[in-house]
Amino acid sequence: MTSSPVLELDSVSYAYRGSEAAVVADISLAVTAGQSLALVGESGAGKTTLLRMLLGLARPTSGEVRFDGDALRLRDREQMRRFRRSVQCVFQDPYASLDPRQQVRRIVGEPLRSLRIASGAAAGDLVGRALERVGLPADAADRYPHEFSGGQRQRIAIARATVCDPRILLADEPVSALDVTTRVKVVDLLAELKETTGLTVVMVSHDLSVVAALCEHTAVLERGRVVESGATRSVLGAPSHGYTRRLLSSVPRLPVGG
Amino acid sequence: MSALLEVRDLTIRTGTGRALVTGLTFSVARGERLGLIGESGSGKSLTTLAVLGLLPDGMTASGSVVLDGTQIIGASEKTLAGVRGRGAAIVFQEPLTALDPLMRVGRQIAEPLRRRRGVTGAALRRAVAEALERVRLPDPARIARAFPHELSGGQRQRVALAMALACDPALLIADEPTTALDVTVQAEMLDLVDTLVRERDMAVAFVSHDLAVVARVTDRVLVMKDGHAVESGDVHEVVRAPREAYTKALVDSARQLESALDSFGGAQ
Ligand SMILES: Nc1ncnc2c1ncn2[C@@H]1O[C@H](COP(=O)(O)OP(=O)(O)O)[C@@H](O)[C@H]1O
Ligand SMILES: Nc1ncnc2c1ncn2[C@@H]1O[C@H](COP(=O)(O)OP(=O)(O)O)[C@@H](O)[C@H]1O
Ligand SMILES: [Mg+2]
Ligand SMILES: [Mg+2]
Repeated sequence: MTSSPVLELDSVSYAYRGSEAAVVADISLAVTAGQSLALVGESGAGKTTLLRMLLGLARPTSGEVRFDGDALRLRDREQMRRFRRSVQCVFQDPYASLDPRQQVRRIVGEPLRSLRIASGAAAGDLVGRALERVGLPADAADRYPHEFSGGQRQRIAIARATVCDPRILLADEPVSALDVTTRVKVVDLLAELKETTGLTVVMVSHDLSVVAALCEHTAVLERGRVVESGATRSVLGAPSHGYTRRLLSSVPRLPVGG
Repeated sequence: MSALLEVRDLTIRTGTGRALVTGLTFSVARGERLGLIGESGSGKSLTTLAVLGLLPDGMTASGSVVLDGTQIIGASEKTLAGVRGRGAAIVFQEPLTALDPLMRVGRQIAEPLRRRRGVTGAALRRAVAEALERVRLPDPARIARAFPHELSGGQRQRVALAMALACDPALLIADEPTTALDVTVQAEMLDLVDTLVRERDMAVAFVSHDLAVVARVTDRVLVMKDGHAVESGDVHEVVRAPREAYTKALVDSARQLESALDSFGGAQ
């Protein structure tokens, strides 16, 4: 097991076009295989912006994003192909992220086509395996997104993101639009994928219980800066920053006793 | 004394006759705090809309819904207008549902205050500032001049709450009012709702899929599934010893999430 990072942010800052102020500033984070990472913080803290940089969808205003030790070069097609194969993503809203006009088979198979990994029967087999892995029935492939509930749609999105066996799954609030019961099932699914396929998850969430269940490492963001990071066990078990403590004490709890 | 809200055998159907809520019976006493809990699609929102006579076009309700002495089912718009606001007022999950994007927040709050209390001019401005202060919005003068999009999600939800409280409703209906908010903002909002309704002995019907959230502001819960009531009871009792398998699954899910946190000693 090597410990060199798959993905790295090296003192990155990002300012949106037309604005002087950086929305994230001087952030360094590393994602190592087998060590899932949570980015937590309030809305507007800059979590999605960080994820977009990790995905190569936004280029840092300063600093560097590295993939397998090399600077990420969005124009380098060979590197980008390797990158897309290794790093896939899932978004918060399972209604907006799936094309309603396409059959599930086509949606889930998309990365296989665009990365030219497989076609025809071979692609069909991989799609079937991905659907099975996320707990969807085989006939799901012939149906359309609107025929599925929110939790099932998130499973479809996860099947698409994992069909090419990526090393890293970037997930932006993947369960916050879901009911508590569905949320638990999707968390279980991600935990199982980590276990069985060696997938490493980088997850944005403000739900600390989900973070605790899935991620070995946690970085807490406040207004574009990392205020605390480290092993989830210590960040959540013995938070040193006031903001982390406030996040923890805000988690709604079941009543105890009767 | 009769209940503030008495729902008997409520059935809600689509235009084509499909039942979405079936034979629902429950009541809320004056000052009582009831939680409605269930997975999405279980009929919680339609039930709260039926209480205010706000069902979408084409949907019909049968049975009986008596709010503050007024039969809501089949009532005229005039009757409904008389009971909305004072009998019951609602806060939705998405605060923009209740807010006009093109109107300054102060004017939106002023409107129901003027109508109900007949105040104008300086007295009305004072009432608006008080309404904003009551929901603990800092700098109410600035907030009153703002348009909805200039406020954060949490601030907007407070404005929506201020509007719902403007006419001192006997029943505050809150439909997932914190689901779209950050956890810290959610915690503040739950605190605020809890304090405000206790202060005024206001009754609450609080809707959520999250048992831990509902338990924070209510004493009794009604569990719903597929448009039916599954069970109801004291919230502590239901969490401690759920009677129905469905409720047990809800409690187990919530516990499973908590246990991940607790395994780090992350609890307070
Ligand atoms: N397209 C954009 N243009 C300008 N500012 C943006 C844009 N997207 C996000 N921002 C701003 O950047 C900051 C961080 O946003 P974001 O990364 O989306 O935060 P989070 O995901 O933590 O809620 C916020 O202040 C937000 O208003
Ligand atoms: N306007 C509508 N037309 C048809 N069906 C609807 C409409 N609104 C809600 N429904 C259906 O009614 C059921 C109950 O919905 P709702 O009360 O919104 O559930 P909840 O609030 O518990 O998530 C769901 O199956 C939903 O799909
Ligand atoms: Mg975001
Ligand atoms: Mg609803």
